[in-house]
Amino acid sequence: MPARTTEESKKSQILAALEDQDTTVTMDDPLENEMVLNMGPQHPATHGVLRLLVRLDGETVTAVVPELGYLHRGYEKIAENSGYHEFIPHTDRLDYLSPLSNNVAYVLAVEKLIGIEVPKRAQFIRVLCCEMARVASHLVATGSMAMDVGALTVLLWTFREREKLLDIYDVLCGARFTTSYARIGGLQQDWTPQCTAMLNQFLEEFKQDLDEVEKLLETNRIFIDRCENVGWISKEDAIGLGLTGPILRAAGVPRDLRRDNPYLVYNEFDFNVITLTESDALARFYVRIAEMKESAKILRQALDRMPEGPVHAQEPKKVLPKKERIYSRMEELIHDFMLINSGINPPVGEIYHGIESSKGELGFTIVSDGTGHPWRMKIRSPSMTNLSALPLMLKGGMISDIVAVIGSIDPVMGEADK
Amino acid sequence: MNQLIIDRLQAQFPSSIRGSEEFRGDLTVTVRTADIVAVAKFLKEDPALAFDMIIDICGVDRLRDTERFEVVYTLYSLAHKQYLRLKVLASEETPVVPSVTAVWPGANWHERETFDMFGIKFSGHPDLRRLYMPEEFEYHPLRKDFPLMGIPDSLPLPRR
Repeated sequence: MPARTTEESKKSQILAALEDQDTTVTMDDPLENEMVLNMGPQHPATHGVLRLLVRLDGETVTAVVPELGYLHRGYEKIAENSGYHEFIPHTDRLDYLSPLSNNVAYVLAVEKLIGIEVPKRAQFIRVLCCEMARVASHLVATGSMAMDVGALTVLLWTFREREKLLDIYDVLCGARFTTSYARIGGLQQDWTPQCTAMLNQFLEEFKQDLDEVEKLLETNRIFIDRCENVGWISKEDAIGLGLTGPILRAAGVPRDLRRDNPYLVYNEFDFNVITLTESDALARFYVRIAEMKESAKILRQALDRMPEGPVHAQEPKKVLPKKERIYSRMEELIHDFMLINSGINPPVGEIYHGIESSKGELGFTIVSDGTGHPWRMKIRSPSMTNLSALPLMLKGGMISDIVAVIGSIDPVMGEADK
Repeated sequence: MNQLIIDRLQAQFPSSIRGSEEFRGDLTVTVRTADIVAVAKFLKEDPALAFDMIIDICGVDRLRDTERFEVVYTLYSLAHKQYLRLKVLASEETPVVPSVTAVWPGANWHERETFDMFGIKFSGHPDLRRLYMPEEFEYHPLRKDFPLMGIPDSLPLPRR
């Protein structure tokens, strides 16, 4: 029997590969070459202005290079040139899906630097803020991830839920989006009974509404097939790259700063740290869904146990006084004048403080030289670090997996680009 | 835990540790720049410390005559739930710091950001490009001598 020509063996190889659905085999034809595809920065699936340079072999991704910086606004430079209070509104624009928890993260760092602690009631309200922000952010993450892989209904349902939370923000601080609610040493204003009523109403309906969303997706064959075993990353790589948040917990590492390094009053609440081991896009989706339920538990406990009392620390040289007292009392007028003009003047020193925000660890490094401006402020943004795992997660996958993986990372470019 | 970290480091690297300070419970250890990779490797691999995660790298421009720049590594130990700040200094003339990407792969983008913003070069880095600013940009914006308003014409607008 004559030896088979290479032509024939190649053909049978391709046929066998087609039968096995093996996508790594290549054909010798004029169209076969590696292609570089530019995805973004203006692309709806990149959740903002993320740009990816993708090297493709057929439909298989062989390499990915993320390019950041299209939304770089120089917030660290702005922070060096503005007072500590002045920077609070800028923190809204970092992770613009959870502004309330960014405000809290920033003021906690400044409070650690100047060494004050806010009263119990303010801490409870801040916990409520952080958890409402987490639920709102995870709702967007879930909805947009489902939309990226083709399930549009989920997006509308999760946005409907988020709308209710934004209405609570509106009553709480007068803004639905750019909240700027936390203040150094306190809050812009006290929690109101109307907010309690609205949040109670939300929590009553939330469980059922979330179950509906979950049912819609977890029995959805297309959604499962597009997310399962997609964007896998090993536990070692996840730790080595410094990933945080739902992505790290979906990889089997039970790291949650609320439990491990408690801030505010998180050690008083009963909640579980959700951990899965599959480490794919589907696992990240399930972690987010379960975390929303845990957040609802924390919200319920915080509402029930919230003590009465003041929401501002008794530190007149550091904490902005109330507006009506500035207009009616001499002391407060002087303090306000001094605070606005010369700043809070914290002691010389360097601190780092991180909180568990919805995307992961959001931390601020503040280097103080004793004046009213930080000498240096570094924002540790979870989205930026999580995005650095993209090349590993996408390598060897299909081009259509890219949108599912980006959706599962849930980056917010305002935060990644600072 | 903070005392244990200092003791272990002093015992292992008596000549590399330049000092340490504690402020609000945060421990900052200053290390000789040339020894940063060895210290990083030890901190990661020693089971009593096990700093296996790099959280952040922060450059600081102190505007001093000598050793103008600082690079601060924020580390985290998953086993001991402990933070540590590691600091090295770099001069204005030769702003070069050995890269720790071989120890913690996550340092990659943080070092690129520090290079972009301060012009501190990380020797041994696999891909030291700017992270945020355009490739052809000449300046390092977070240096204190870079003006807040920017430098006119330093970023050419795209032609129509």
